Amino acid sequence: MTEPVISLRGVRAELGSRPVLRGIDLSVHRGEVVALLGANGSGKSTAVRSIIGQVPVSAGEIELFGTPRRRFRDWGRVGYVPQRTTAAGGVPATVTEVVSSGRLSRTRFGVFRKDDHAAVRRALELVGMADRARDSVDALSGGQHQRVLIARALAAGPELLIMDEPMAGVDLASQEILADTLAEQVDRGATVLLVLHELGPLEPLIDRAVVLRDGCVLHDGPPPEAVGQHALPGHDHVHPHAPAGAEPIRTGLLS
Amino acid sequence: MEILNYAFMQRALLAAVLVGITAPAVGIYLVQRRQALMGDGIGHVAMTGVGLGFLLSWSPVWMATLVSVLGAVLMELIRWYGRTRGDIALAMLFYGGMAGGVMFINLAPGGSNANLTSYLFGSLSTVSESDVTAICLLAAFVMLVTLGLRRQLFAVSQDEEFARVTGLPVRALNLLTAVTAAVTVTVAMRVVGLLLVSALMVVPVAAAQQLSRSFAATFAIAVAIGVTVTIGGTVTSYYQDVPPGATIVLLTIAAFVVLTGLAAPLARRRARALAAAQPAGDPAECVIPAARKAGDEVSV
Repeated sequence: MTEPVISLRGVRAELGSRPVLRGIDLSVHRGEVVALLGANGSGKSTAVRSIIGQVPVSAGEIELFGTPRRRFRDWGRVGYVPQRTTAAGGVPATVTEVVSSGRLSRTRFGVFRKDDHAAVRRALELVGMADRARDSVDALSGGQHQRVLIARALAAGPELLIMDEPMAGVDLASQEILADTLAEQVDRGATVLLVLHELGPLEPLIDRAVVLRDGCVLHDGPPPEAVGQHALPGHDHVHPHAPAGAEPIRTGLLS
Repeated sequence: MEILNYAFMQRALLAAVLVGITAPAVGIYLVQRRQALMGDGIGHVAMTGVGLGFLLSWSPVWMATLVSVLGAVLMELIRWYGRTRGDIALAMLFYGGMAGGVMFINLAPGGSNANLTSYLFGSLSTVSESDVTAICLLAAFVMLVTLGLRRQLFAVSQDEEFARVTGLPVRALNLLTAVTAAVTVTVAMRVVGLLLVSALMVVPVAAAQQLSRSFAATFAIAVAIGVTVTIGGTVTSYYQDVPPGATIVLLTIAAFVVLTGLAAPLARRRARALAAAQPAGDPAECVIPAARKAGDEVSV
């Protein structure tokens, strides 16, 4: 095993007086793609936000690239995609302006050089938004907005990508572009930690899944097989885009 | 230009231009982080500083700067630590600041609320030589911060959480914004007055937004509007004998109304340009196919 890029040991966190994380152990190794799964309120977003220092931790240790998080300063190695918020800033901003923020960690005192501008352009090309570079972010759809936030995280050329529900509210076309972008990053050797509601189109990329329930790790291993209704033998997969009249794929027993 | 022959008008115009630049330059970050009324709050707190200046016979401008910087830092601390009761605490700070000002000025020997009026509503023609020096120094600080740190301040105001992950010192930058806003309030105090300061920080930005799609353009247009209305208001007040502060604010609002009127046709033209740029086979309008396709069939 290579050195862990992210390492959580016995991490506890409370929101108000309610425990949200009750002793989480989690490590993500170099080059791995790990999905953090769980129902709403299971603590998966809190776990990710504790890693980036957005949620105070009451016990346990967090390390990034082998450095305790409190002493970690090399933020250019980390690309973060927050859960998409509907509230944009109060002043219009172009796609380029927003993505440029992601490059700040690689600049000295925020002064942009030639290669910084080039990195911003490249990040926009990676998510297929280069043609919208000068448009206001307010004019974008949900999926396009998400692509901009991912470009912002990629602008610093990070080794580790942390994404909180990158597929939430994203149209099908954007989902495919996002999956392709992520696959490219993984090929390049990036390490990825994703918070997901369901595996969805990213499933083939994922090496390992960590399932949380009520702030505890329930499963840590290969991505879980579908459970519930979907896993029952005889569950018919009716593809909504299949040509009309096509027979549903029948798997057996119930039909 | 006989107006420029008077030393007091030269000082007034210089002060007005500096305020026209600095107020929107700070205001844009406050608007971006949705704290548009913060300038108003600081204005109230600065009144205590003016009162203290009179009471201790120190320069009211420097005393107001000191007190409003302290007030702004306090507001920022309340925002961090007391989110739930934040608005109540802010309200107390506002009105405490105003009451403190009235109290101190009446305690000052020979002081009365009349002394306060020139600070509340501005008094350009009484701007002294030392006021101009103070205003120049403070304006230089504000411009250094708002232009020099524009990328950092933009990132923090746009998305605080993300800014933290890029390693930016978010708290320090927030404090710096608050301090810069406080300094701007005292710069603008002699020109538009403490009660109208916030208008010059917010309205030019709101007006500029009607035309712009980018932050950089909003910044430039807002500053251009700021300078135009402060010069326009000062000159008007010289010829028409109307209060400059009120004239400037009314002109700013007029600019907002005019630009909003211009914005609607502009937006329509942009939409048409965008529709023209649509690739063929991706029609902008809904097209109902003549014959139904297989995908339209709904079978249960």
